Formats: sequence, C-alpha cells, structure tokens
Amino acid sequence: MNEWVQAILNVFTNPTFYKSTLTQSTPLILAAMGGVFSETTGVTNIALEGIMLMGAFGGVMGSYFTGNPWYGLALGTFFGLAMAALHAWASIKYGADQIISGTALILLAQGITGFALVELFGQPGSTDLVRSIPLVDLGSFKDVPFFGQIFGNLSPFVYMAFASVIFGWILIYKTKLGLRMRSVGNNPEAADTLGINVYNVRYFGVIMSGLFAALGGAYLSIGELGQFTTNMTNGRGFIALAAMIIGNWNPVGAMSASLLFGAATAFNNQLQSQSVLNLSTNTQYIFGMIPYIITLIVVAGFIGKSRAPSADGIPYIKE
Amino acid sequence: MNIKKYLLNEKVIISLFSVLISLVIAAIVMIVIGKNPLVAYAALFYGAFGTKEAIIDNIMKASPLILTGLAVGFGFRAGLFNIGANGQVIIGALLSAYVGTLVGAYPFFLSIPLVMIAGMLGGAAWAAIAGWLKAYRGAHEVITTIMLNYVATFIANYVVNGPFQAPGGVPKSPSIAYSAQFPNIMSVGATSLSTIIFVSLAAIVVIYVIIQRTTIGYEVKAVGFNPYAAEYGGISIGKNVVLAMAISGALAGLAGTTQVVGVYGRYFGALSGSMGFDGITIALIGQNDPIGIALAAFLISSIRTGSNQMQIAGVPKDLVVIIQGIIIFLVAANRIIKTIRIRKRKEAEA
Repeated sequence: MNEWVQAILNVFTNPTFYKSTLTQSTPLILAAMGGVFSETTGVTNIALEGIMLMGAFGGVMGSYFTGNPWYGLALGTFFGLAMAALHAWASIKYGADQIISGTALILLAQGITGFALVELFGQPGSTDLVRSIPLVDLGSFKDVPFFGQIFGNLSPFVYMAFASVIFGWILIYKTKLGLRMRSVGNNPEAADTLGINVYNVRYFGVIMSGLFAALGGAYLSIGELGQFTTNMTNGRGFIALAAMIIGNWNPVGAMSASLLFGAATAFNNQLQSQSVLNLSTNTQYIFGMIPYIITLIVVAGFIGKSRAPSADGIPYIKE
Repeated sequence: MNIKKYLLNEKVIISLFSVLISLVIAAIVMIVIGKNPLVAYAALFYGAFGTKEAIIDNIMKASPLILTGLAVGFGFRAGLFNIGANGQVIIGALLSAYVGTLVGAYPFFLSIPLVMIAGMLGGAAWAAIAGWLKAYRGAHEVITTIMLNYVATFIANYVVNGPFQAPGGVPKSPSIAYSAQFPNIMSVGATSLSTIIFVSLAAIVVIYVIIQRTTIGYEVKAVGFNPYAAEYGGISIGKNVVLAMAISGALAGLAGTTQVVGVYGRYFGALSGSMGFDGITIALIGQNDPIGIALAAFLISSIRTGSNQMQIAGVPKDLVVIIQGIIIFLVAANRIIKTIRIRKRKEAEA
C-alpha cells in the first residue's frame, strides 16, 4: 500500500504529469469543440473520429510531399473539411440518419487512410517519419523550475486548443451568428419562421466541426510524433463526444471535461511507469482500459446531468 | 408472397443501387491510381469463387458475419444502434473458450450447448450494460458500446497474457476440449468447412420467428417504431431496450463462439477482426430483414475473401473498407438515390 501512496505522490509532484495532461487533452479539446459547433446547430456528428483520422493522415501526407509541416496542417484541415461537408450534405440536404452517416464516414476514413497508406508509403501500419510542427520555445522561461518544464516547450496545437475554446465561446454566446446557431439547434421551425436560413447555419456548424476535429487529428500525427499509424485516433473522437456531452454542449464545459480525460490518461501513463510499483507487464492492459471506463461512467450521468440542444440529431425538412 | 413486389420493393432497390454506386466509385478510385478496375474486380471474383478453397473460405467468413449482421439488424429494429458488436464478439468468444476448456469430461451433446450458451450469455451481458445505461441513465448506446469495445479488447489482452494464457508465452488461450469443437463437413488442403454455418442459418430462422411471431418481437419493434406510443400502450421502454440489446449481444457473442469452436479451437487476439463494423454494413444492406441480412453477409464475405486476390493484383485491400463506407453512406442518405430516380423519371416523362 505504501508503494502506491509513494507512486501517486511521485506522479503529482512531477511536472511531466501536468505537461502530459495538456498534451493528452489537446486533441480532445479541439475535437470536442468540433462537436459543440455541429451539435449546437442540431446536427449530431459522431464522424469526429473519422475526421480526426483524415486530419492526421492529411497532416503527414502534406508534410511528406512538401517537407513543410504547415502545408501538412493545411492539407489535413482540408481533408477534415471535406469529410464534414459530406456529412453536412447527407444530413442537412438529404435528411440522412446522422448517426449512420457518421458511421459511414468513420469507415470511409479508415478505408481511405489505410488504402492511401499502402499506396503512398508501400506498407500497411505506419508512414515514414515526416517533419512535425515545431514546438513553441519560450526561451529562458524553460529554466523556471516546475512551470518552465510544463510550459517551456509546448506544441502550438496546445495554444490553438485553448484559443478555439475562447473563439467558440464568444462566437456561440456573444454574436448574432451564435444566437442563430443556438436557435436553429433548439427550434428550427421557429428559426425558419423568423427568416433564418436553417440549412446554411447548419452547414456552417458542421463544416466548422470538420475544421476543429481535423486540427485535433493533425496534432496526433504532426504535432509531436511526425508519423501516421493505422487508426491512431483510437476512439479519441468518441471520447471527445463524451466530453462535449458532459460539458453540456458548452465550449468551456467541453474543455473542462477534456482536461479531466487528459489528466486521467496522463495519470494512468505516469503511474504505470513508476518503478516503485514493480508492476508485471500485463497490468498495462488493466491501466489501458481505465480512460474508457471513466468515459462510460461519466456519460452514464453518474457525474452531473446534461441537456442536449432540443433538435439535436433531428433532420429539418422544410415544408 | 408476391415475388415481383418483393424484388422491386423500394428498400431492395436502394440497397442494390448503393452497392452498385459504391463499386463504380471504387472503380474510379482504381483508375485514378492507374489500375484497371476490370482486372481488379476479376481478381476479386476469382478470389471469392474461383476455387473450392475460396468458396469454403467465403462460407466460413460469412458464418459469423450473418450473426453480427443479425445482431446489428435486431438492434435497429428496436431503434438501437449497436455499434459495439465487436466487443460482444470478444466477450462471447472468451467465455466460450473458457467454458470450452472445462468441459473435456462431458460428451459433445452437453459440451457444445454449454459453450454456445456461454458465448451468448457473455455477449448478451456485455450488450445489456449499454442497454441498461441507455434505458435508465440516458447514455447514448453509440458512445457506450464503442467504449465497451475498447474495454473488451483490453480485458481479452489481459487474460490471454496472464491468467488464461496457453503455455509457451504466446498471447492466446489454451485449446478448448475436443468434445466442444464443431466437426468439419469437408476439408480441401488446409481449408476446412465447419458445421458452424448451420448455427448461423438456424439463427436466421430463430430471429425471423422472434421478430414476426412472438410478443418479444412485437414489443421490441413497437419500442423501436415509436417509444412513446409503445409506452402509452403499456409496453415498458426500459425493459425492452435492455432485452433488445441483450438479444443483439447474444447474437454477436454467438459469432464469437463460432470462431472458437469451429475455426481456431481457442481464443486469440485478432479473432473479432472487423466483424462488428461489417455487421453494420450488412444490416443496412439487408434492410434489417433476416433473409436480406443473410444475402448481404455473403456479399460482404465475398468482397472480403476476394480482396486478398485483388491486393495481389495491385489494389490495396483497404478499398473494401472504402466500398463499405460508401454503401453505408448511401443507405443512410437514401434520399440521394430516391432523388436521382425521381429526376430520371421526370426526364423520361419530359
């Protein structure tokens, strides 16, 4: 028992845990923000997982061909936007079942990335190493004890994630467009009567979700690693959805929930590497399932209750 | 039954069109990467039907897919999207394998039903967790079943790397008892046709009867069709959501059992493959109709079986996943196909 107290103390006093919380949360925050944008306007988007995957692959592909990771980011974002546009087209114009359309896009993303991986890099599994987006070096701040080790050398994606939360919150709650988004998501008939173009606002919401989710995906590939591996999103799109739900479809709430998941994952990773515990190798599987179990417990509403936009997931068909 | 009416049913047309359009789009993709789609499709067809081994392989692939297709389709009937068949396959297979190692002393007519029941109970219990969370905690089954998929994978990895590992340090379970293994009908070279196909065929009949002829089927369908009306009519939504998930999971668990008792003789890591996601494609193509699902399962198993040959012909086999994605997309947005048909009809009239 004593070793466990020691190990947990070690994790919490080590700046690596806090830095890892930030980096683990980054893709979740971005994708959850995508979910918030889409669902605020009333379109469920479970395709986040697939959009992230396309963002991740596009990132590596662009970086590979141009040698410039920023072009990679642009390509990944473009892929994400394209996927989201497909989802928007099917679910807004053709009133498709949004859950099934989202599933189709996840499969499509797995298929396209797997196919292109073999076609471009010659073997399944993973791509070559490419250049990744450089970290933000804070210079002498790095030498500040503890905090310097956390914030001194972070990926720009981390800053983007927090900026997206501020952007999302202002846009949704402080602008006319945001008011329209919320009204379309809660009562499309009434919004329509007031002269708001329900379809256009929904297109905007879904396509923005493609942008954010693709950024989240691109972080996984060209954020630090500089490589794409098959299905590297590993359910993060769904965890981001869960974060959005727990966060009550609100940007700040979604961010807080993403940080919670990020911290859980970071804690998990750090704890199992503590040498005082002397764990056998197969306990990694027990640790590995913990983030998913936490997600289950949380979406089951055992921690707080949340309410979706009233018309979320319901196609709007103009009379 | 009026056969012409059945065949020209709107739903059947949507399925056929979706499959056709996806194959055409895939052909365009092949042309873009500089491959001849006719050669690739010929290779795919040969890979699926060209030899006795291919046909046996195809039937063996179709057997579990019929079950996962039925699993997802039964969920759809109840208005539930069971995206977690993979996890249910894993838990079902694990329990079957575990019971399979214990029944060595029993004759086959006891041990075979025991492993099957173990698999069905495992899958049912795993899916019922998501059903319960949906019915009584309001958690969407798509997120919960996906999370349960990951948890199941970790559990399986843990047990086959620890308490339930075969001697020799390889991540797989010990073999199940001989009396629990399904006999083969025939073998060609290293490929064997197992009797597990009869389990899948029987399941089609059982599910057809449950849906069409029983109170359970009626109530589940009523909840799926309109939960509020069903509740007003005295049908419990919660009970039926849990029950529908459990039946769906039992079918997926049984798919796991078939792999343990008829293919590998044990549990091992990659056993579930993509059966769960394939089940979604199959249920959608089959329009949640048991017979449609059986036909769709053979379609998908043929494409999957043939894809290896297609890969040898130079087209990465992940194309199959793209094809499935497009099919699901088109079935979901079936109004795209309806619009095309209406436009054509108008053009013809003009």
